Amino acid sequence: MTETVLKGKAIKLGDNISTDDIIPGRFAHLRSNLAELSKHTFEDLIPNFASRVNQGDFVVAGKNFGSGSSREHAPLVIKMSGIVAILAKSAARIFFRNAINQGLPVLLCDTDQINDGDQLEINLTEGVIRNLTSNARLTSTKMPPLMFAILKEGGLIPYIKKHKDFEL
Amino acid sequence: MGKTLAEKILSLKSGDIVIANVDLVFLQDTTGPLAIKQFEESGLKTIAAPEKTAIFIDHAAPSPTQQTSNDHMLLRRFARETNCHIYEVGNGICHQLVAELFANPGNIIVGADSHTVTAGALCAFATGMGSTDIATAMALGKTWFRVPETFLINLSGSFRKGIYAKDLILSLIGQLGADGATYKALEFGGESLARLTMSERLTISNMVVEAGAKVGLFPSDEVTQSFLSSQGRGDSYKPLYPDADASYERIMSINLASLEPMVSFPHTVDNVHPVSEAKGIKLQQVFIGTCTNGRLEDLALAANILKGKKRYSDTRLLVAPASQQVLLQAIEKGYIHSLIESGATILPPGCAACLGLHQGVLGDGEACLSTANRNFKGRMGNPEAMIYLASPATAAASAIKGEITDPREV
Ligand code: SF4
Repeated sequence: MTETVLKGKAIKLGDNISTDDIIPGRFAHLRSNLAELSKHTFEDLIPNFASRVNQGDFVVAGKNFGSGSSREHAPLVIKMSGIVAILAKSAARIFFRNAINQGLPVLLCDTDQINDGDQLEINLTEGVIRNLTSNARLTSTKMPPLMFAILKEGGLIPYIKKHKDFEL
Repeated sequence: MGKTLAEKILSLKSGDIVIANVDLVFLQDTTGPLAIKQFEESGLKTIAAPEKTAIFIDHAAPSPTQQTSNDHMLLRRFARETNCHIYEVGNGICHQLVAELFANPGNIIVGADSHTVTAGALCAFATGMGSTDIATAMALGKTWFRVPETFLINLSGSFRKGIYAKDLILSLIGQLGADGATYKALEFGGESLARLTMSERLTISNMVVEAGAKVGLFPSDEVTQSFLSSQGRGDSYKPLYPDADASYERIMSINLASLEPMVSFPHTVDNVHPVSEAKGIKLQQVFIGTCTNGRLEDLALAANILKGKKRYSDTRLLVAPASQQVLLQAIEKGYIHSLIESGATILPPGCAACLGLHQGVLGDGEACLSTANRNFKGRMGNPEAMIYLASPATAAASAIKGEITDPREV
């Protein structure tokens, strides 16, 4: 079950962060060794990413987050780093779905209202983000109910274990 | 109200959520191991339809590392246990093999690879997903979709000499931007369709995901029929067109005669410029191949330009046919001979240098012109390298000069 109210710090990134930026393709040989693979998260983009993250933080990006390959290792390694939600102006379709399937919430909202280091409180059920640093209140785009049901169960595998099938 | 192609295949209106049976679900060697792990974790014991499930060992094939070899072993074991199809090292790139062997008009196809959209050229609703979605689609034989809204791309006119399908799709991506069609279906229409070969359609559909699109659909017409017949699947043909009164979110028009040879500059696909702005950029490597441009027509184009000429001495020229069928036909037609004589290195059918796992990783500061679909930083194995994308004709002309060259000038 995914927590529905999350509190943490924003780590701000730019537009068009690709899955190669998140976890470069050249590490594909490590994909069956997730602990090793995850050491390379954002390696080409943000040196020392791992040491900047505290458990419970958020990645806050611009438009088209997660574009590129279908590698589900991208949301997986982000989740393994301690990030509990991604906020972006828009997200690539496959990445969005993969993140939800891994139980990692993606909220689409106007991330210009968030600066690096801001403290945020996110209510997933309501889709509302409160920026505790600036006092701004943001609402995120609603996801389809089936997707939200998958997220609430903590991802697609727990969802399927429980329901044995998709339920509309 | 009439229906778009996407709405026809999914039989619902855009915005609706549908749970649909899939006609083909497939994995490849870099996303497959996680899919199998998720499948095993789901508690679902069997796959729904082994004959509609396929595994392709194409991305790092032959294997460059011990870990990859072990991943390949896992895929082979899974194929044996579940009785699904498996395509081995050297058979070719998943998307090319899906087009040659599986994709039929009206099909729903999901693959653990973003370029699954390629099969939209055959009027299949084909889209990429991650490993967990694919694991469940294998187990249940179905998945869920949100029926996308559609952008109609109306094509008129004919390509001028030296300009190809790759230039068209690069130019469209430049106009839309890397996220301009996120969640949308692109549907191609207009009077030029009948003149676009299946090879050209596959190149175009292949790249729609670079504008964020979920699917890139061509109607099923005589071109589709003759391609299916050539692959021994003539019986699978059925005509499929959008309704005349279908409703589109956006309609764009492109006159093919107005296009120039295009080049994507590092490090995003939508950073598209006419070749005139790229002229003279020095290249250490040229790569012709991939699911975008590794087909027979592409090799023919390159071979005809390179025939009797030599690649520039300091520019490596790598050529990887998209499948075994392509390789055999290219040998028969003499293209491989011409390419080798011009100084090309022929790589086995597969993804080869495309994603930087083996066979052509770039050095620091090197520049490569590639016929692939992606030039993200680090894509060819080195974040310090520069990748330019263009058509096979531009690639071949550039290999001769050792710098980016307008194919109309050689
Ligand atoms: S050729 Fe390149 S883009 Fe196509 S499937 Fe292989 S790695 Fe992906």
